[in-house]
Amino acid sequence: MAINPKKHEMPTQEPSVRAHNFNEVALGYTEEIAVSEAQRCLNCKNQPCVAGCPVNIHIPEFIAQIKTGNFEEAYQIISQTSSLPAVCGRVCPQESQCESKCTLGIKFEPVGIGRLERFVADLHNSRSDVTVNVPESNGHKVAVVGSGPSGLTCAGDLAKKGYKITIYEALHTAGGVLVYGIPEFRLPKSIVAKEVETLKQLGVDVETNVIIGKTLTIDELFDMGYEAVFVGSGAGLPNFMNIPGESLKGVYSANEFLTRSNLMKAYRNDPVTPIMKGGKVAVVGGGNVAMDAARTALRLGAEKVYIVYRRSLEELPARKEEVEHAMEEGIEFLLLHNPLEILGYNNPDDPRDPKNGFVTGMKCIKMELGEPDASGRRRPIPVPGSEFEIDVDTVVMAIGTSPNPLIKNTTAGLEVNRKGGIIVNEDGLTTRKGVYAGGDAVTGAATVISAMGAGKLAAKSIDEYLNA
Amino acid sequence: MYRIVSKKPLNSTVTQMEIEAPLVARKAKPGQFIILRVDEDGERIPLTIAGSDAEKGTVKIIFQIVGGTTEKLNHKEEGEYLQDFAGPLGVATHTEGIKKVCIVGGGVGCAIAMPVAQEFHRLGAEVTSIIGFRNKDILILEDEFKACSDRLFVMTDDGSYARKGNVTVPLKEMLEAGETFDMIITIGPLIMMKFVVLAAKPYNVPVTVSMNPIMIDGTGMCGCCRLTLHQDGKAVTKFACVDGPDFNGYEVDFDEAMSRNRMYADFEAHAREEACNLFKKGEN
Repeated sequence: MAINPKKHEMPTQEPSVRAHNFNEVALGYTEEIAVSEAQRCLNCKNQPCVAGCPVNIHIPEFIAQIKTGNFEEAYQIISQTSSLPAVCGRVCPQESQCESKCTLGIKFEPVGIGRLERFVADLHNSRSDVTVNVPESNGHKVAVVGSGPSGLTCAGDLAKKGYKITIYEALHTAGGVLVYGIPEFRLPKSIVAKEVETLKQLGVDVETNVIIGKTLTIDELFDMGYEAVFVGSGAGLPNFMNIPGESLKGVYSANEFLTRSNLMKAYRNDPVTPIMKGGKVAVVGGGNVAMDAARTALRLGAEKVYIVYRRSLEELPARKEEVEHAMEEGIEFLLLHNPLEILGYNNPDDPRDPKNGFVTGMKCIKMELGEPDASGRRRPIPVPGSEFEIDVDTVVMAIGTSPNPLIKNTTAGLEVNRKGGIIVNEDGLTTRKGVYAGGDAVTGAATVISAMGAGKLAAKSIDEYLNA
Repeated sequence: MYRIVSKKPLNSTVTQMEIEAPLVARKAKPGQFIILRVDEDGERIPLTIAGSDAEKGTVKIIFQIVGGTTEKLNHKEEGEYLQDFAGPLGVATHTEGIKKVCIVGGGVGCAIAMPVAQEFHRLGAEVTSIIGFRNKDILILEDEFKACSDRLFVMTDDGSYARKGNVTVPLKEMLEAGETFDMIITIGPLIMMKFVVLAAKPYNVPVTVSMNPIMIDGTGMCGCCRLTLHQDGKAVTKFACVDGPDFNGYEVDFDEAMSRNRMYADFEAHAREEACNLFKKGEN
């Protein structure tokens, strides 16, 4: 049988429909499509895809189970190495990880590994007869700070080994960026809740409303009997460009904009937390967060949404599928553009005019690409005299974050780098004995799967440390 | 869930509650704040801590009914529970080296100023307090301030109680008469704090202001509470939730902060009306 050169397309909501709702965009493979896609896998001996996965999922093995219809078996294979398969199948940048290494991808399109992972996980989660095997306790207690992807992974891996785990979460809901950052239409919150519920069934305690560094310190956690601590506290404070006008009303950080919509449900019809809806919106940045903010703005009723990015499409760091979806939905990409100033309304005759201080536009300059910079990407250079203005009511800054200082400031001996990221060695160990860290708190803003990889590494190291 | 241990109205729009939150109570210091949600799907709102009892495990909050959430909060009774209560957040008010302090509180801001005054009194500093209200009906905490102040000035805008005028009147009089303070700490409406700073400026007395911007997470994640400080001729962005809420009054860009605080004024007014209607319906 000849191999289909193309991946089976992911069924999705029509762009014109989904641009106006918060339901999930990608609908997932059917059993039939999944089996057919699985059959494209060559099951090659050297398994390059596994090396491309930050948590080394046994990819050919789980795909082989799909081929024969053993979907639950496929799930069990994935869950040996991944705590959050339904999440990863949706948000991993597979095109630069597992799928980029696929042998089939040399000649054709690679196997849709992420789509198959999602199919298997969703099918498993939809079953009500699944019971979790609670492992026997090994008597050790470990605290996990933060319930985002790194914390959940670390907690899951250790809990499966019999550790008593308590996760401390600062917000009122567990999930971290999976809940406050990634929108419903890309990662339904019910899926995150389900993954957290599975961990609870494994015996993991989740304490919300506890801010480590404030409510409790790392030292107090040791006093309470925890023998090791994993810090996965996430990315922290948003960066701004330091251009004029960033304090005008209508300028948001992506964290604020997305938190209002996702965590606080401002997208609903009767929100208790307000958000600016409608009008024209400019999102500055080119990562996944920028795509999420732009597509959220569109769904909140914006008449026009721009992505303003200083490099070209080639350098755009967002997941390919999200960029394609954003374009299909009608988001306009102002590539090779950089903001210079955000403009606001000011009525010189009436200082009490309610419109005063609200955003009216943004001054941008065109850019061109020069020589490669330290990141290896070509450096964007302003084109003199190319300044122009766009009319916008809302500006969302999605240009990264800087680590939160709360834990560093209250933990003696915990060293951070120049950018504020916690310093760890190759085992995920910080400069404090028994304290491990991973995810954005270490690296600055990165991906869900790299945070999960770090949580996994730390779990392994903690296990070795406590059994030494 | 966090139990409401006691509830007491201080005036028609200001209520005091004691909430059972042992972990927060153990750490709470004057000047810090908490974030609460009244119920599932509720809004997160920051409220400054008005006192705490580590032994009882309770934290006192005093709030003014200004929007939908505070309206709902005010309808919760003793023995009922709040959904979420997290803290203590922010940096505590600095007290080191301050032997003579002037506390200037305005309106419901006096609720936050009170534990600060009490703390200085406890530490043995000489405490002068000035508390101001629009009128007699909304006066709160006079006795509490009397108990912890070496001198107390009570002011009302309309003269319906004590002395007529705003809080800067006695402050200016003292400064003009040659009196000085190691620190003036002011807590209240932004416009009042701005004028306290202006009043102190000619006399070079340091002023600490307690900022109360709009917040969402309150833990250093969303950046909503940012404000601009002017330090050595440079504009610097700071976050009230982790860098504050106390700041050097001479550095704060008050006009920007006032503008930002009005961003959702329409929404708030509407939300409060909705909440009121909801409760009225329930009572019928």
